[in-house]
Amino acid sequence: MIDILYFASLRENLGQSREQLPLSSAVNDVAQLKTLLAQRDENWQQVFASDLPLMCAVNQNMANDQTRVSDGDEVAFFPPVTGG
Amino acid sequence: MIVSVQREDFSVDQVTRELCGERRDIGAVVSFTGLVRDLTQHADLCALQLEHYPGMTERALESIATEACQRWDIEDVAIIHRVGKLLTQQNIVLVVTLSAHRKQAFEAAEFIMDYLKTRAPFWKKEITLDGEHWVEAHDADQDAAKRWNGNDKQN
Repeated sequence: MIDILYFASLRENLGQSREQLPLSSAVNDVAQLKTLLAQRDENWQQVFASDLPLMCAVNQNMANDQTRVSDGDEVAFFPPVTGG
Repeated sequence: MIVSVQREDFSVDQVTRELCGERRDIGAVVSFTGLVRDLTQHADLCALQLEHYPGMTERALESIATEACQRWDIEDVAIIHRVGKLLTQQNIVLVVTLSAHRKQAFEAAEFIMDYLKTRAPFWKKEITLDGEHWVEAHDADQDAAKRWNGNDKQN
């Protein structure tokens, strides 16, 4: 299982702040996870398969599409940050 | 090193005194305070809602502070960032750098702010009389952060 967290406008758009997902053998990295999530419906596709800017972290470290995802990981998706 | 993500307001004097402690080698103290500014394109700003990623945000700030200490000749750093609901002209963020000399302290403080604005997981939402609206990231912030990239290794 992996934990997926959604923050800020992403959370509001997708209607949830976190979920647990069994990790299938088809998902080995962030890119493959995004492909899986994009299949849920049009809204999820818009978020995860379009050019809209999206940042992610794995186990609380900034990640990118190539970052590996393993069982037990915490993956977070969020819009570009706007602190400071 | 002082790194804090907190709802409560901070005092620049108090944080500076705490950071300096009993030191006798500090010649320069540089501090930057960021405030909530009412410059929305919508109706009057009522408040700014600051959200963060508990755990990761603190680590990201510690990482930025550590990098500043490695890259510049500074003695210590404080980064305080507030979250929750903040009103116009209230404090959002404080960066304090200590050094023997001012050039290093100024540059390190600028670096910390540029990296904080592009790498620390915070998100701002404007709350106005017309409704709520998420603030979008600015290209200018990315450009400002890039100039420090030199030897930086990105994930």
